[in-house]
Amino acid sequence: MTERAPSTSLRPPTEFPDLAAPATISGARARRTARLATAGFAFVLVLGAVAVAAPWLAPHDPTRQALRGRLTAPTLEAADGRARLLGTDHLGRDVLSRVIYGARVSLVVGVAAVVVGGALGAALGIAAGFRGGFTDSVIMTLADAQLAFPFILLAIGIIAVLGPSFPTLIVVIALSGWVNYARILRSQVLVLRSREFVDAIHALGGSALRVIARHILPNVLSSLVVVATLELARAIVLEATLSFLGLGIQPPTPSWGGMIHEGREYLDSAWWISTFPGLVLMLTSIVVSRTGDWLRDLLDPTLRGE
Amino acid sequence: MRGVFRFLAPRLLRALIAVWLVSTVVFVVMRLSGDPVPLLLPPDAPRSEIFRVRRELGLDRPLPAQYGVFLANALRGDFGRSIHFREPAFAVVRGYLGATVELGLTAFLLAAIVAVPVGLLSAVKRNSPIDHVAMGMALVGQSAPTFFLGILGILLLALKADLFPTGGRGDWTHLALPALTLGAFAMASIARVTRSAVLEVLRADYIRTARAKGVAEWLVVVKHTLKNAALPIVTITGLQFGTLLGGAVVTETVFAWPGIGRLAIQSIYNRDYPVVQCAVFLSAIVFIMINFAIDLLYGVLDPRARR
Repeated sequence: MTERAPSTSLRPPTEFPDLAAPATISGARARRTARLATAGFAFVLVLGAVAVAAPWLAPHDPTRQALRGRLTAPTLEAADGRARLLGTDHLGRDVLSRVIYGARVSLVVGVAAVVVGGALGAALGIAAGFRGGFTDSVIMTLADAQLAFPFILLAIGIIAVLGPSFPTLIVVIALSGWVNYARILRSQVLVLRSREFVDAIHALGGSALRVIARHILPNVLSSLVVVATLELARAIVLEATLSFLGLGIQPPTPSWGGMIHEGREYLDSAWWISTFPGLVLMLTSIVVSRTGDWLRDLLDPTLRGE
Repeated sequence: MRGVFRFLAPRLLRALIAVWLVSTVVFVVMRLSGDPVPLLLPPDAPRSEIFRVRRELGLDRPLPAQYGVFLANALRGDFGRSIHFREPAFAVVRGYLGATVELGLTAFLLAAIVAVPVGLLSAVKRNSPIDHVAMGMALVGQSAPTFFLGILGILLLALKADLFPTGGRGDWTHLALPALTLGAFAMASIARVTRSAVLEVLRADYIRTARAKGVAEWLVVVKHTLKNAALPIVTITGLQFGTLLGGAVVTETVFAWPGIGRLAIQSIYNRDYPVVQCAVFLSAIVFIMINFAIDLLYGVLDPRARR
């Protein structure tokens, strides 16, 4: 039972489509990739700093309504004499300030979902790879079943039941991602488990937990980092998608997906309400997932052929 | 014949387990979401009326019994009556299925027809401007959120350029934007995988042999390369067809497209269990059937996969 049928081993996971690409990178190319990955990482740090420093950075209160200043186009000098760099929305709230505050929701939910989903997926993946047999079959059947289904429907159902809140969102998004960690880590643990040093530790009387904590975990850490980065991009987009469908963080808390949703009705007259948070979201998603690609090339090119 | 059976049996079993798990989860989630009866009746309805409706819908029975009835009926295609539409849930979902199939197939064909040649061209003209532009666009298509691509499409192509309507179903102009939006991710993924698969094959010895023999370059590409690169391309294409189903939920909502994705979302808000269950069940079956078909295709394309 430890050997899986080829359908799962041959088939590339959906999230990592850059499959048959050459697996070797070295010299100048590696240095360039390292610089790019560093830049990507810096982008995330800056975004985090913006989220933390939102109260000082935002030029206006993000929830303060101004009915006389509704739907103001981006301008350096609005009716009240102050700049509205990205315009105002249908309630007269400052779009720039809301985009800045919106980074908080995206990052908090995204990072938390990655931590929860990563812990869950890593634990199950290591368990499946290390124990094999029945444990492996059960976990991988669950994973297959989840992949065999458009998860967003399930996410919507769960949130409709439990009501939208930070914890619900985080758990749902984490649940949507565990499979990606589990599958990658399982296949790596399968290889590691059969290595001599594992047998040696067993022979010396080391427990399974010790093997996992001291020897397996450090060996799979780089893959974990790569998957977590790719997952962060996915989690941020999923949070925005759910907010767009009205199932994310509820108004008046600004979130990018929610702003795009609110601006949708005003696309014709006030394009800036949806467009700016959307562009920031798109940029974030592209930079973070590219950073994941670069990290993979640097840390673990074998993942490409995974 | 035995070989075929041994190849098929575990896959079929896994597909059936997946269908069962999905239906069970859907049942549990929907039953947890609260009582739909107060939504159906006026707020001042007498208690006796509430109990009558509850009994009529079978909601007064214990959960395990409801689950048993649900499974037995689902196998016969009977998902109960829609609470909102007051007709059989299966009939309701079937009424919306056509729109989703139309959108999904168009998006899929569009993606495949554009992506495979683009990926091939990118690989053949590696590191040319064509390659860079195509792969840059693929990266954007792959990481951009679907719903925002749709919004951008509406803003730029429907409202500013006035080329297409902003939503609804009708002639092909209604179909163009949703299909492009829904197909964007699939298109990007297929193009990238095609490119890397073709690059891989182009490095193979038999390609050098073919060229050395003096085979025309286009024949090398079409006959020798594409055939050998087919496996990953087919896989990713099939997988993407499956993910289109999930994307349909969002795309249909953005473009007010009357398909099962939008129906499912509205039914969740209406707590219309039978319709949600039916829609989810049918999508899961379609999805799983597609995966099963890919597995079979694998066996045909790559004899090594038949063990």
